[in-house]
Amino acid sequence: MAAARIAVLDRPLSLDVVTEAVVGPERGGLVTFTGMVRRHGKVPDVVRLEYEAYREMTERVLTEIGDEIERELPGVRVAIHHRVGSLHVGEAAVVVAAAAPHRGPAFEACRAAIDRLKSRAPIWKKEIGEAGAEWIEHCC
Amino acid sequence: MQIKVLYFAALRERRGVSFETVDLPAGGDVAMALAMIAKNNPNVAPLLPRIQVAVNQVMVAATAPLSDGDELALIPPVSGGH
Repeated sequence: MAAARIAVLDRPLSLDVVTEAVVGPERGGLVTFTGMVRRHGKVPDVVRLEYEAYREMTERVLTEIGDEIERELPGVRVAIHHRVGSLHVGEAAVVVAAAAPHRGPAFEACRAAIDRLKSRAPIWKKEIGEAGAEWIEHCC
Repeated sequence: MQIKVLYFAALRERRGVSFETVDLPAGGDVAMALAMIAKNNPNVAPLLPRIQVAVNQVMVAATAPLSDGDELALIPPVSGGH
């Protein structure tokens, strides 16, 4: 059974799972992106991150993003899984996989997916540090 | 009419709940709902100028009309996930 192309999950993510959702015999190029929690953000010495999502709308928006990219780059398949809940430094918050017959569109699709998700997905993260916590606002 | 209002992130922390039902006169729009929320919750009011709104999971302007049973989500500046 094929893995879900779009998912918002409160358990650890898997590159194997998003990859499975996009590979196929016609697609020779596979590109993946993993977004991981860093130690240094707005808050110094991050202890953990808490991700919160407007779950139903995030699923809808990620599906739209996937559909758009697949229309713009025919032959491409894109899958996006985002995690919610409490994450430690080094854990994956988001994984994206894009596959296409050739590598050019696969790279483009993967980049487009993560870029569009950043500005459109109703997801919030709170950095919790040794000294304090802060909700982070998207910039740029 | 009854509108379900969803709060997230810093707004949720300020308001103290993640959702509530708000009673709005028929014909009311998003701006009216926000004004009502601000008036009833002075601690939330300062955050409202920076939010976007979605009705039934679609982003809309403040002039968007509301209908009975609509889900109005108050969306603070997003973090973008990652």
